Amino acid sequence: MVDSQANIPSPASAYGAAARAWNWRRALSPTGDRGDAVFRALLLMSALLLVLIVVAMIVAMWRNSLASINEFGFGFLTSLTWNPVRNQFGALPFIYGTIISSLIALLISVPLSLGIAVFLVEQAPRRAARPITFLVELLAAIPSVVYGLWGIFVLAPALREYVFPSLARTFGWLPLFQGTMTGLGMLTAGIILAIMITPIISAVVRDVLAAVPMSQREAALALGATKWETTRVVLANGAPGIAGAIILGLGRAIGETMAVTMLIGNRPEISASLFEPSYTIAAVLANEFREATGELYTSSLVQLGLILFLVTFLVNGLARLLVWSVTRGTSGTARAA
Amino acid sequence: MPAMSTSTPITAAPTPAVPEPRSNNERQTVQRVAPTKISVQNENFFYGRTQALYDISLNIPERIVMAFIGPSGCGKSTFLRTLNRMNDIIPGTRVEGQVLIDERNIYAPGTDVVDLRRRVGMVFQKSNPFPKSIYDNVAYGLRINRLAANRSELNERVEQALKDAVLWSEVKDRLKQSALGLSGGQQQRLCIARALAVRPEVLLMDEPASALDPIATQKIEELIVELKKQYTIVIVTHNMQQAARVSDQTAFFWLGKLIEINPTERMFTNPNEKLTEDYITGRFG
Amino acid sequence: MEHTVRRADRRRRIVSSATGAITALCALFAVAMLGLILGYIVWRGVGSLSFQFLIAEPQPVGEGGGIGNAIVGSFTMLMLAAAIGLPLGISIGIYLAELGGGHFASAVRFITDTLTGVPSIVVGVFVYTIIVLPMQRFSALAGGVALALVMIPIVARTTEEMIRLVPTSMREGALALGAPQWRVTLGVVLPAAASGIATGAMLAVARVSGETAPLLFTALGSRFFNFYELDQPMASLTVQIYNYAISPYDEQHAQAWAATLVLMTLILAINIAVRFLTRRRF
Repeated sequence: MVDSQANIPSPASAYGAAARAWNWRRALSPTGDRGDAVFRALLLMSALLLVLIVVAMIVAMWRNSLASINEFGFGFLTSLTWNPVRNQFGALPFIYGTIISSLIALLISVPLSLGIAVFLVEQAPRRAARPITFLVELLAAIPSVVYGLWGIFVLAPALREYVFPSLARTFGWLPLFQGTMTGLGMLTAGIILAIMITPIISAVVRDVLAAVPMSQREAALALGATKWETTRVVLANGAPGIAGAIILGLGRAIGETMAVTMLIGNRPEISASLFEPSYTIAAVLANEFREATGELYTSSLVQLGLILFLVTFLVNGLARLLVWSVTRGTSGTARAA
Repeated sequence: MPAMSTSTPITAAPTPAVPEPRSNNERQTVQRVAPTKISVQNENFFYGRTQALYDISLNIPERIVMAFIGPSGCGKSTFLRTLNRMNDIIPGTRVEGQVLIDERNIYAPGTDVVDLRRRVGMVFQKSNPFPKSIYDNVAYGLRINRLAANRSELNERVEQALKDAVLWSEVKDRLKQSALGLSGGQQQRLCIARALAVRPEVLLMDEPASALDPIATQKIEELIVELKKQYTIVIVTHNMQQAARVSDQTAFFWLGKLIEINPTERMFTNPNEKLTEDYITGRFG
Repeated sequence: MEHTVRRADRRRRIVSSATGAITALCALFAVAMLGLILGYIVWRGVGSLSFQFLIAEPQPVGEGGGIGNAIVGSFTMLMLAAAIGLPLGISIGIYLAELGGGHFASAVRFITDTLTGVPSIVVGVFVYTIIVLPMQRFSALAGGVALALVMIPIVARTTEEMIRLVPTSMREGALALGAPQWRVTLGVVLPAAASGIATGAMLAVARVSGETAPLLFTALGSRFFNFYELDQPMASLTVQIYNYAISPYDEQHAQAWAATLVLMTLILAINIAVRFLTRRRF
């Protein structure tokens, strides 16, 4: 912060400014060049600003959720009741809905994404791999609200008419697949989330697999391993990175807002059935924040936002560390070696 | 080895696959011509449009050490990798001609490449142990190829392979530890043990000691001489002393062409070609 | 030599072929999904698309109306977001690439990466508390700032990667001539990386143009044209699509599809353009 002040030329005390300038310039520029010092200070400030933004996010949301924190304490996380009319606010239904819908998404998306990544890195000829990679990445370019729209008018009716009834017939003895099928509910949200996080997980897994040295494949092949056995060696090599990719996908699923809001049915209840409506943290923010009246209501919603922020920040941080552990120091060219 | 040096000089000329008498009896008694294990006929090799090997023909007899020498980029490693079709995994490569192993063309359509590579093992320039335990590294080939009927047979064969690679005494107390904790020379011998475990008929070695210190190199070289009793070994090396120390025959490659192939002794004392002599005496490369 | 393939070996080969086929099916499924979604958007969207639709304000159900104000609003807020987000994101990227050796820089890189995964709705909540609450009203400014915050980490990381592609020799060449670092960076490195940074910026804009969640309670949305009043609520394509999608009227559903077609055309055009630009370069 001292730097930013010194950065503004002050005509008042030329001597004092020069003396101060000498210090920060030496500190910032190994060459002692004045331009370099200014340049470095500006860059450093922009980086500091980013850190400040993160700190500000936590502080601002913390302060604005104090009312709720003081009122409910830890009970906020374990209470089942969300009743704005009576000023009762408990987050458990949202936490439950967020976790379960994300897990459903992972359950579907992880095998699919691994398959795609293995196909693109280990199986497909390069000429085919490039356009397919691009097309899969385009899935990530589709906005969440568009997935929601498509989900409401295509996916949900299709699931309601064809998939859910057969699920209920086959697995109806499980409480998971009982209850009314409106098409909007936990399972529908989980499925759309799966489609949305697949390009993200598969892209990271692709990078991880590509970073596994060619020599590992050669070692397996030279011992008479089949393509699949070789792939398993590659997957074992990339295991921490793959775990990171999956956690990254989990982070996305937890925070995904619009498509889930439009498809999960938005009912703050915990139900065993995956056909029934549920609710997530992100969805309740999208639905109720702009209409929230009263300090406690708004404050509870901000606290949900804070929880979502901290959880996704931790989850993403963990994921990044895992992915870095595999891909650091290597590049795509390692494959060609 | 002395028996080998009496064999007739093998020339670089294209040799038709002469059916050789193959019986263990004969091999152990005095023999004049060793049975041919690998016979390459008029091989050309291409990376995309670039030709890397030109009309290579040579024969490799059974149970000898054949060394490939030549300046870097001369195609010796590329050629080695065509002997177990390892180049197949590089996109855009193409092979012409024939590579016969036991008189069967390994580039014939319908060839089982997986089985080929099990029979023709390979040790690479840079040791490439799997990030698993020492035991699991050696057991890998046995497991995927289901070569051990039960746990005790698996243990036996892992132990035997480690003994064959002269690594057993150094690792027998820490078989369950990660292979990545071994020294460079130990890792390379582990990779040799891993290749030996599946009992290949041919062992290809691509500059196996180039990344190792002199002591580790010496161990690998002693090992190669020992292994020759059971395996046909083809080794690529940029180190001519190494070729002279371990090999029975030496082939000299230059700019993608096979210039000369002769018994090692002859090659290093009285080569046929001027080019070979220049290279061996260090006038270039 | 064994001429017969053992039974166990045959099983291994079947497993290998089967798993290979399954992975191909996975890729096919993803591509098919893309085709299904895009195809349906085109099919439903084209019907309601007209010139009038593109320039009109929304009207009550039954009287037609369009998305003119939403297009203007999205454009305005994207410009605002780019004006804030691009300079900041690019300078953070330069910092990471050129001065990014130390512990603090590693921490900044880590935070940047992690921020890209923070849900954009949280950014909306944050901007609500720092801009909407003090101003006591929803505004285009708040919307633009929220979008900028989403944009910054993306731009920073692509900028860093693009600058790292510039060969060290180029840098050293200039430094060896006695040029100070700022001249080298601004005069040599940045121009060399400029097209890469520009494509990265385009992708970031494309990504942000599809954001809905951070606008819901910042810019809010509006039924009227608003060209320059940044302290007033402003419409956007995405929020309009959302509102129409959850409405009970078929006519508004049709308008949602048409608006989606417009939005997807923009996003796909940028993505495809970037792909062809980058392919020529590398």
